[in-house]
Amino acid sequence: MKVAVTVNGTKQEHEVEPRTLLVHYLREVVGLTGTNIGCDTSSCGACTVLLDGQSVKSCTVLAVQADGAEITTIEGLASDGQLHPMQEAFRQHHGLQCGYCTPGMVMAAVSLLDENPAPTEAEVREGLEGNLCRCTGYHNIVKAVLAAAEGAAS
Amino acid sequence: MGTRVVRTEDPRFLTGGGTYVAGLRVPELEGALHATFVRATIAHARIASIDTSEAERAHGVVAVVTGADVDLEPAPPETPILNQQMLRPWLAVDTVRYVGEPVAVVLTDTAAQGADAAELVWPDYEPLPAVVDPEAALAGDTLLFPDVGTNVALELAFGRDEALFEGCEVVVSERLVNQRVAPCPLEVRATAAAWGDDGRLTIWTSTQNAQGARDAVVARLGLDEGQVRVVAPDVGGGFGAKIGIYTEEILLGWLAKRMGRPVRWVETRTESMLNMGHGRGQVQRVTIGGRRDGTVEAYRLEVLADAGAYPKLGAVLPYMTRLMTTGTYAIPRAECDTRSVVTNTTPTMAYRGAGRPEAAAAIERAMDLFAAEIGMDPAEVRRRNLVAPDAFPYTTPVGTTYDSGDYRTALDTALAAAGYDDLRAEQARRRQAGERVQLGIGVSTYVEVTAGPTPSGEDARVEVRPDGSAVVYTGTSPHGQGHHTAWAMIVADRLGIPLDRIEVIHGDTDLVPRGEGTMGSRSLQLGGVAVHEAAGKVVDRARELAAEVLEANPDDLVLDTDAGHWHVAGTPTATATWADVAAAAGEDGLAEDARFDAASPTFPFGAHVAVVAVDTETGKVTLERIVTVDDAGRILNPLLVEGQRHGGIAQGVAQALWEEVRYDGDGNPVTANLADYAFPSAAELPSFEVVPMETPTPVNPLGAKGIGESGTIGATPAVQSAVVDALAPFGVRHLDMPATPERVWRAIVRAGEPPTPASGPAAAGTGSAE
Ligand code: FES
Ligand code: FES
Repeated sequence: MKVAVTVNGTKQEHEVEPRTLLVHYLREVVGLTGTNIGCDTSSCGACTVLLDGQSVKSCTVLAVQADGAEITTIEGLASDGQLHPMQEAFRQHHGLQCGYCTPGMVMAAVSLLDENPAPTEAEVREGLEGNLCRCTGYHNIVKAVLAAAEGAAS
Repeated sequence: MGTRVVRTEDPRFLTGGGTYVAGLRVPELEGALHATFVRATIAHARIASIDTSEAERAHGVVAVVTGADVDLEPAPPETPILNQQMLRPWLAVDTVRYVGEPVAVVLTDTAAQGADAAELVWPDYEPLPAVVDPEAALAGDTLLFPDVGTNVALELAFGRDEALFEGCEVVVSERLVNQRVAPCPLEVRATAAAWGDDGRLTIWTSTQNAQGARDAVVARLGLDEGQVRVVAPDVGGGFGAKIGIYTEEILLGWLAKRMGRPVRWVETRTESMLNMGHGRGQVQRVTIGGRRDGTVEAYRLEVLADAGAYPKLGAVLPYMTRLMTTGTYAIPRAECDTRSVVTNTTPTMAYRGAGRPEAAAAIERAMDLFAAEIGMDPAEVRRRNLVAPDAFPYTTPVGTTYDSGDYRTALDTALAAAGYDDLRAEQARRRQAGERVQLGIGVSTYVEVTAGPTPSGEDARVEVRPDGSAVVYTGTSPHGQGHHTAWAMIVADRLGIPLDRIEVIHGDTDLVPRGEGTMGSRSLQLGGVAVHEAAGKVVDRARELAAEVLEANPDDLVLDTDAGHWHVAGTPTATATWADVAAAAGEDGLAEDARFDAASPTFPFGAHVAVVAVDTETGKVTLERIVTVDDAGRILNPLLVEGQRHGGIAQGVAQALWEEVRYDGDGNPVTANLADYAFPSAAELPSFEVVPMETPTPVNPLGAKGIGESGTIGATPAVQSAVVDALAPFGVRHLDMPATPERVWRAIVRAGEPPTPASGPAAAGTGSAE
């Protein structure tokens, strides 16, 4: 089946098997391997990308379902060599260690602030419930997201 | 040094994501076949036959390989002290011994084809009785290796003193289960193998020590050391489960040879939950005795460790548990015996703390039980028995020598930071009022061994390039720890070359032939110190070279580390840059190697206070606060240290409250994916209150101990203790981990009707602050 999407601002058009998951399409066909896979039960959120601005777990979407959509992955977040404020916040607050959850976590965090620009700590924690991290204990991730919200507000 | 420096490796991870094995796009792996393992669906069975014909005909299948095809010797356990007759086949041949054990491998053009074809391999099993429980395994009614005649893989017995508790006014004993958990790094195992035209094998693998993996590949495949290169690209967490290399991964080298094509394998999470080594898994008996004034006089720890089906590192870890038997306490008489047995379950490996959390959990539970029995506040009982600050180096009754410490300050600092007295007052108020949600307060103190058990060393090379930048080659293998930043800080401090001009190279055995990797909280105190020493040698050499450049006496030369150049004392205008100095080194370049061998391991320590709220109607436990003091000697980068502590705390809390790998009675796993396994999210955890403390060690020139595992070791018993403490009014003195709502609720119900704290049986102990 044919799928035509815009990924990080670039138009893509490919022939894919109907059962191809969006995450596999992005990694294997488009060649963007920044989006990771961490599970087989849609539990971990490592594969989170923005689909028309909304965060989705790209292992739960078929590539063909994304037909016509705009997709943003971790590779498309920084612009003109400038880190996105969320990326910068993760760096400043040591919100990543092994980096495996990071692409998904950052995309989920961007989407979270989009929906709720001034969240409480509890709201950040609830909002990131679908994204697992084994390294950070979430402490610095939560701190980074709150700092990014703060930075955007000021 | 000692400053908060953000990580130099982050921009790469944050903009493009890391390069893990699954995403590796190198020319050598072009056209790689995908390997898919067919795995046992039954815990213990004889294999009557394996029908591969249907799979062989499936779309995209290049080959199906079974154990009968593999012409390599099965391997005995890597560690020589383990029973060497318990051989592990490459792929199960006659018998399967746990659900998930590989029985065949399918090679296909794409991963999806492999998943489909693996379903078409039909092993015919004749079921055997499964032994899932280590206590049953010890009884030996069912043997995993009938020819061996025992399920015991390792016994460490040092003789039992039947008079150990003689003269004690109070003796308490309890059976404790330190449950099996899954390390769950977010990246599962992944490996790729390719043979070059030069007859060399390259293996890319997600490992914590590339050099150790290389040695295993060389030995198991019967190759020469020069024939094998192992590369660890970015590694998405390890936590002990990725020490070395797994049998399946070594087999990829053999498969790539046989197929004449590169082969790549990336396991699924479900496969990972069944095959990546599990952690913990000990059944313990603690017995503690002492006087009613709070003095502990004797302690016995008996350990039965679950090795899983094929003994690996997990079977050896009771040795580490034994080393830390008495924890932070000066107990005059103590002993520890251990046994490790095989069961029809996933083999166990190291998991964050690796044997020491089990020791801490045991002694901390014992202290609580003792406190409850004599009716004394548990923090006070601990304080009375701590090893005194002037007692170091201190040798325990089991023969472990602690380097340095100040346990009393750690405990008092943690109690003060938590507001212990106020917490006890609030607890008393809720108990008095009979409130539905009760407060539990748990205190732990711990000491652990890092870079142990026997002293070891690490290699480093520091090179200054002709352009004045530097490169560090390290035998450590970071997978989240931030060595790129930390090692660069060490070099920048000594050489004055800015951080962004220092590159760190690790995890490629062609570039770094010697190294022992990252595990056991060893990296900074061995690898970091080696970098420090190598940089020092570079400075010595550079002094001579700078003297040539500036035509001065080497003794008159000054290295200005702020400016990053050399000058003659008193003449700051005549300078030689690092580029000048490197150029003066000529052909050979300016590079120095160093190895640091520590004289002994080090012993980080600390104290944790956990506060939980327990809903006495539903049994739900909420961790409200955790306050930790973790002293790992001198700190290089507080940002990294805090990160290590946070991650460790979360994993410790998770074991205490939620996580457990479970099997049914037939050995079928019931927690084989991340939907069923209770891996916590941000929503279940609070922010952590981490208090700094630094007591340098004399063991190395940086004064540093390891921080990787402390959080886990302290947090687990503190949180477990807090849950039990909340249940004290119901007469509960012990509850095994994890403290799931069901388990807590049952304990309350069992305590009798009606289950309200006000009318429950009187608490024994724990309440002296009331
Ligand atoms: S890969 Fe885990 S949720 Fe998508
Ligand atoms: S940084 Fe390793 S899983 Fe989140």
